[in-house]
Amino acid sequence: MAVSRRGLMATAAALPFLMRAEEALAQGVQPKRGGTLTTIVNPEPPVLHIGINNQGPTLIVAGKMFQGLLRYDAKLQPMPELAKSWEISPDGLEYTFRLQENVKFHDGQPMTAEDVVFSIMKFHMELSPRARGVFGRIKEGIAVDANTVKFVLSAPFEPFLLMFDVTVSAIVPKHLFDGQDYRQAPAVAKPVGTGPFRFAEWQRGNFIRLERFDDYWKPNQPYLDAIIYRVVPDSQSRRLALESGQVMMTQSNDIEPFDVPQLRARPNFEVKTEGWEYFGPLMWVEFNHRVKPLDDVRVRRALTMAVNRDFIAQRLWFGIGKPATGPFHSATRFYDGSAKTPGYDLNAAKALLDEAGLKPNGQGVRFTIRHMSLPYGEVFTRLAEFLRQSFRQVGVDLQLESVDVGTWSQRTANWDFDTTINYLYQYGDPTLGVERSYVSTNIKKILFSNVSGYANPKVDELFTKGRDAADPAVRQEAFSEVQKLLVSDVPLLWLMEMAFPTIYDKKLHNVITSGAGVHASFDDVFLA
Amino acid sequence: MGGFWRNFCRNRGAVVGLVILLLVIATAVAAPWLFPGSPWDMAGMPFAPPGEMGMWLGTDSLGRDVAAGIAHGARVSLLVGAVSTVVALVIGIGLGATAGYLGGVADDIVMRFTEFFQTIPSFVLAILLVAIFTPTIGSIVFAIAVVSWPPVARVVRAEFLSLRSREFVQASEVLGKSRLAIVFGDILPNALSPIVVLSSLMVASAILLESALSFLGLGDPNLMSWGFLIGSGRSVIRIAWWMSVFPGIAIFLTVLSLNLVGEGLSDALNPRLARNREGKA
Repeated sequence: MAVSRRGLMATAAALPFLMRAEEALAQGVQPKRGGTLTTIVNPEPPVLHIGINNQGPTLIVAGKMFQGLLRYDAKLQPMPELAKSWEISPDGLEYTFRLQENVKFHDGQPMTAEDVVFSIMKFHMELSPRARGVFGRIKEGIAVDANTVKFVLSAPFEPFLLMFDVTVSAIVPKHLFDGQDYRQAPAVAKPVGTGPFRFAEWQRGNFIRLERFDDYWKPNQPYLDAIIYRVVPDSQSRRLALESGQVMMTQSNDIEPFDVPQLRARPNFEVKTEGWEYFGPLMWVEFNHRVKPLDDVRVRRALTMAVNRDFIAQRLWFGIGKPATGPFHSATRFYDGSAKTPGYDLNAAKALLDEAGLKPNGQGVRFTIRHMSLPYGEVFTRLAEFLRQSFRQVGVDLQLESVDVGTWSQRTANWDFDTTINYLYQYGDPTLGVERSYVSTNIKKILFSNVSGYANPKVDELFTKGRDAADPAVRQEAFSEVQKLLVSDVPLLWLMEMAFPTIYDKKLHNVITSGAGVHASFDDVFLA
Repeated sequence: MGGFWRNFCRNRGAVVGLVILLLVIATAVAAPWLFPGSPWDMAGMPFAPPGEMGMWLGTDSLGRDVAAGIAHGARVSLLVGAVSTVVALVIGIGLGATAGYLGGVADDIVMRFTEFFQTIPSFVLAILLVAIFTPTIGSIVFAIAVVSWPPVARVVRAEFLSLRSREFVQASEVLGKSRLAIVFGDILPNALSPIVVLSSLMVASAILLESALSFLGLGDPNLMSWGFLIGSGRSVIRIAWWMSVFPGIAIFLTVLSLNLVGEGLSDALNPRLARNREGKA
């Protein structure tokens, strides 16, 4: 069992390299040294050190200076990065990583197994709640020799291998952090990693410049001389910067969805929405199950059927993102396409509401509930207006409330809402990113927990089974069943699998080569 | 009354303004019949240009009819303008009359209080108030009233200061009328003309303030207003210019008409001033 799995992974690991070389060759371009990539970072990150800050902008910039043990393709199969190869013991308890040789930190010190053990067992354990949740299961982290690391788990944990991307567990230099307060260490201001680019200059409010690291462990790489991240706070200025050629690439939320169709039409730009599979962001309407009549499954199902999810993906997000089919993002492992949330059907929705005893009054209103708009910009305001009109069609009156980000966070965390919008990363595995929104043990007054208050003992049981099983087939069984259960309970109104456009000049090659997209190290990106 | 009209009509701009204003008011009143249903309804294809699909002024990003939005928005914009002006007048006249009639310490206290409000940039204060009380139509009216009463208080105080020493007021005092009766029965009617002129301009600036707040996303999310239309069209102006331009024209015409009417009122209420001005010109 273990042997065949290992073999499979090795093949999967080798494939992307071949494909990438082929992709470049097919285009008739050979990788070329030289050139500076100017792009945008928005909003400006508070610090550039992974772990100290784990928000999107920091991860994108720091992803060029740091690396994880592994990277993942769009199917979330692990590929080698700082780990050359890896083995899993047959009982699923021991993970052994063999590291690349001659890897150096930007200060010239060699990267060894000690640094890996320190990064995983101490640095990220202390700084990141998400890493702590998984790495807390490690009984023992051992540096077997300078280039071999072994982690022994206290119980099998199948998604463990997904936790080694640079965005979760970047390898940091032990000699610059050990024994210090990590947040106050001098290396935080001047990050030192193993990545292909080293920190050069940061003029706050203006730009961040990274330059080529000449002692990078892959021979002849990286190809670029430097990467400059410009800080441009206004979305129309960002679009102009791209159109006028001042920057060659934008990513994440840089360009508003409504600007994308016009940029897509320009022949010199490539627009890609791939490269977010590792994060798997899924957006939904959060129902507060403590508020009547949202506790009634018929009402939740009726509201789901009142919303045309295609319109949202096509008209509000201009085709960036796909209508959600259920609680799992389709890129998340163990996604089961056969479990589908009810489709758009106004008559069925009205019939269900009638059945629930909610008859329309003189004005055609069955009941009134509040909706707190997500204060993340204009498109979310439009979404709230769209939902109001959609619900209105079946006689449900949605009263919109505009709030600021702080109020939204505080009220959502404290269950002080009827409905609101939220989107969460699923991190590729149901145990890592889906479970938290549905299990009753996670009904907490904390943001991104199960704030809706949904509780179903059977769902709890299945998520536990899927988490603890070592065999992927057993996990698939549990998660398929959980998807069917959730789809019939409709605890939330799943709207859209989010994606973010990466727009770049066609002179730039190899931009999106993994499931983490623009968070990757860019050691193979070149200009030609 | 005839003299008032003759004086008003002598100012041609004012007549034009009045006609536009009446048209806007008529649109606002007739909106439910002109555009039945909610202005939020998605009536057609998103981003349909003016003239297509039976939408004279095009549709917005959700396929909502811009013309319906403008007609229904007129109700909200005019309502906010009128109500907040009334509230500001009540506060302003109350405080101004107190200060002007009583004088002395009361005058000092009220005027320092007024100056306190005048030194704070009014738009910033309005944003702050709406943000604190969460954007609803009530909080917006309140915020606009709070930032627009100080000029009323100053004007009313000045009028009261000059009127309170006139003979007819002294006569009333000798007759033993109560202070309230003198303030409301004798002085206020004689101080009305500048207040009327001022209030027509205040309605205009209240409409602008509400539009600015809605533009910034601080409008009542459940009510369609002109500022909201422009704000939601701003980001897509390169795709759909009509979403911002037509509501912009509506605001421009309404505010212009209110200013013209205000000037006409001023002429009609102070015929001598107006004739002097004409003489010079």
